[in-house]
Amino acid sequence: MEKILQVNDLHISFDIHAGEVQAVRGVTFDLYKGETLAIVGESGSGKSVTSKALMRLLPTPPSRIKQGEILFEGKDLTKLSEKEMQSIRGAKISMIFQDPMTSLNPTMTIGKQIMEAILKHQKLSKDEARKRAIELLQLVGIKNAELRMKQYPHQFSGGMRQRVVIAIALACNPKILIADEPTTALDVTIQAQILELMKDIQKKLGMSIIFITHDLGVVANMADRVAVMYAGKIVEIGTVDEIFYNPKHPYTWGLLASMPSLDHKDTELYSIPGSPPDLLNPPKGDAFAPRNPYALKIDYELEPPMFQVSDTHYAATWLLHEMAPKVEPPAIVRERMERFADIVARKGGKPRG
Amino acid sequence: MARYTFQRFVYMVITLFIIATLTFFLMKLLPGSPLQNQEKLTPEQKALILKEYGLDKPVPVQYIQYLGNLLKGDLGVSFQYDNRPVTELISDRIGPSAQLGFQAIVFGTIVGLILGIVAAIRHNHWEDYTATVIAVLGASIPSFVLGGFLQYFIAVKLQWLPVAFWEGFKYTILPTLALSVGVIASIARFMRTEMLEVLSSDYILTARAKGISQAGVIMKHAIRNSLIPVITILGPMTVNLMTGTLVIEKLFAVPGLGEQFVRSIELNDYPVIMGTTLFYSALLILAVFIVDVLYGVVDPRIRLAGGKK
Ligand SMILES: Nc1ncnc2c1ncn2[C@@H]1O[C@H](COP(=O)(O)OP(=O)(O)OP(=O)(O)O)[C@@H](O)[C@H]1O
Ligand SMILES: [Mg+2]
Repeated sequence: MEKILQVNDLHISFDIHAGEVQAVRGVTFDLYKGETLAIVGESGSGKSVTSKALMRLLPTPPSRIKQGEILFEGKDLTKLSEKEMQSIRGAKISMIFQDPMTSLNPTMTIGKQIMEAILKHQKLSKDEARKRAIELLQLVGIKNAELRMKQYPHQFSGGMRQRVVIAIALACNPKILIADEPTTALDVTIQAQILELMKDIQKKLGMSIIFITHDLGVVANMADRVAVMYAGKIVEIGTVDEIFYNPKHPYTWGLLASMPSLDHKDTELYSIPGSPPDLLNPPKGDAFAPRNPYALKIDYELEPPMFQVSDTHYAATWLLHEMAPKVEPPAIVRERMERFADIVARKGGKPRG
Repeated sequence: MARYTFQRFVYMVITLFIIATLTFFLMKLLPGSPLQNQEKLTPEQKALILKEYGLDKPVPVQYIQYLGNLLKGDLGVSFQYDNRPVTELISDRIGPSAQLGFQAIVFGTIVGLILGIVAAIRHNHWEDYTATVIAVLGASIPSFVLGGFLQYFIAVKLQWLPVAFWEGFKYTILPTLALSVGVIASIARFMRTEMLEVLSSDYILTARAKGISQAGVIMKHAIRNSLIPVITILGPMTVNLMTGTLVIEKLFAVPGLGEQFVRSIELNDYPVIMGTTLFYSALLILAVFIVDVLYGVVDPRIRLAGGKK
């Protein structure tokens, strides 16, 4: 499969009064053409910082790309000027954000907000841009598009606004769509509609999606591959099947175990004990070790490298070392793994990247 | 929008009516009479004069007459200035006051907005610190102190501009500056806060994610949204400016409304006091009305919500 984006050893820090917050500490992944890569992880693990860095949307200062490269169409995005980045943003790479209630300008009509993106990147007349904007609204399932063009965000419901946001992101047929928790702020039925819409559009337009979420249920439904982030690093990456049926990292086990389950109606929700490390002073060794019931002595000394599990599956845990004791995931995780088999079966087979 | 504007207009008329009523009864409660310093008049003469001005009738009757005249645009005649109509007295004096106020608000708003915007864009840089210092100074120095300074340094020492009086545009510059500093300070401070807030909002990020340049984001998205709350302070600021003009007019010997107002209070010249108060209030309410309408123009949420009701 063709790689559309390569991120190599990306380090991002924030310089604040108290010191240097090392928010992203060596992230490496590839994005393939037409696939959906989900990035999951607890709050503060660096998902948003990573995705904003891809579009160079982080304010500098306080943020700074310390090291690493982001390769896209033969260019390293970390080295481009602001001007060059502007011609990529919204044209080649688009982004949609979490809260549709605040991500549209309240004093500008929907039509203008969509046309703005079109006119910025395409040599079209105003009339042609208007036509294109109406098409986009129809594409994202908004009825009465011509009338809706003249309306303001407050005249739309949350789900409808997120559709508008998606229309803006699609304005120039981007190669990559980054969605940072696009459905977290919506209620469940609307959430399902938006996810369907995104899948549908991906099928039509063939772009790659980076999908950031807390919700592993959504991941199972949407993604081809999954990257699990912890404390500014990817600790495990693989296809959906690999991550859900054969997870290797104890942190991934924890995430799977702490998923709320709809059908089981568990009264008590498991949560990973402890809290993520302070990124002002990241610990030596494996950052997850203090919260890891399977931690080995070496975890406190030396950071684990990425061990290869299969062609597509890697995990950074010393448990995969040949000299490590053999450990099975806990019972609750094995139970969950079976449940996901159902979800993925329902979703139907889809070629994997 | 028409509906919203009409609604605001009705509010304006109701407020005006209440103020007219209050002014009338407050005036009746004031101690003293317009004839109290006229010892040469006999009681009969006084009674005759009172009768002529309608002051012998019961208060409710006077009130009805007063309202009736008001509707016709008749504010009565002055007791002191040779029976001249109050409207004429006001229109004679309004020119300089209005010019001063207008110049100060326009100049102050423009400079204040620019300062605020620059401060926000260059947040935590020297431009920001400079603007903040100007705003704090401007807010804490009373306009008459500043007026005095300007007179001393610019007019007396440097002799660039005249010290006082009202004989052409040159004469308006110093009092306008003195008056506008307060406006600059509040607008700049407010605009800076609002811009910073707006610049950190999600829709600005959305706009940047579209590939819009920093300048485009500021011009097309940030300024308009920051203006909405700033418009609200224009109302109270107009009040400040009006009271400020009273002092500044005195300081720079400007033949305006303020100076005449103060004199009529000293002389219990009821019609002039009432007329001028009403006039000031009407201006103020008009200012609030304009602010409300502007609010609707800038913010579709208000305009459209008002229309639906
Ligand atoms: N402007 C900033 N200044 C300092 N630290 C920051 C800043 N922005 C983010 N960080 C830090 O970077 C780390 C990663 O934040 P990020 O927003 O990427 O988390 P996330 O994985 O997206 O979490 P969530 O699921 O809550 O959205 C956090 O520890 C956060 O404190
Ligand atoms: Mg986030």
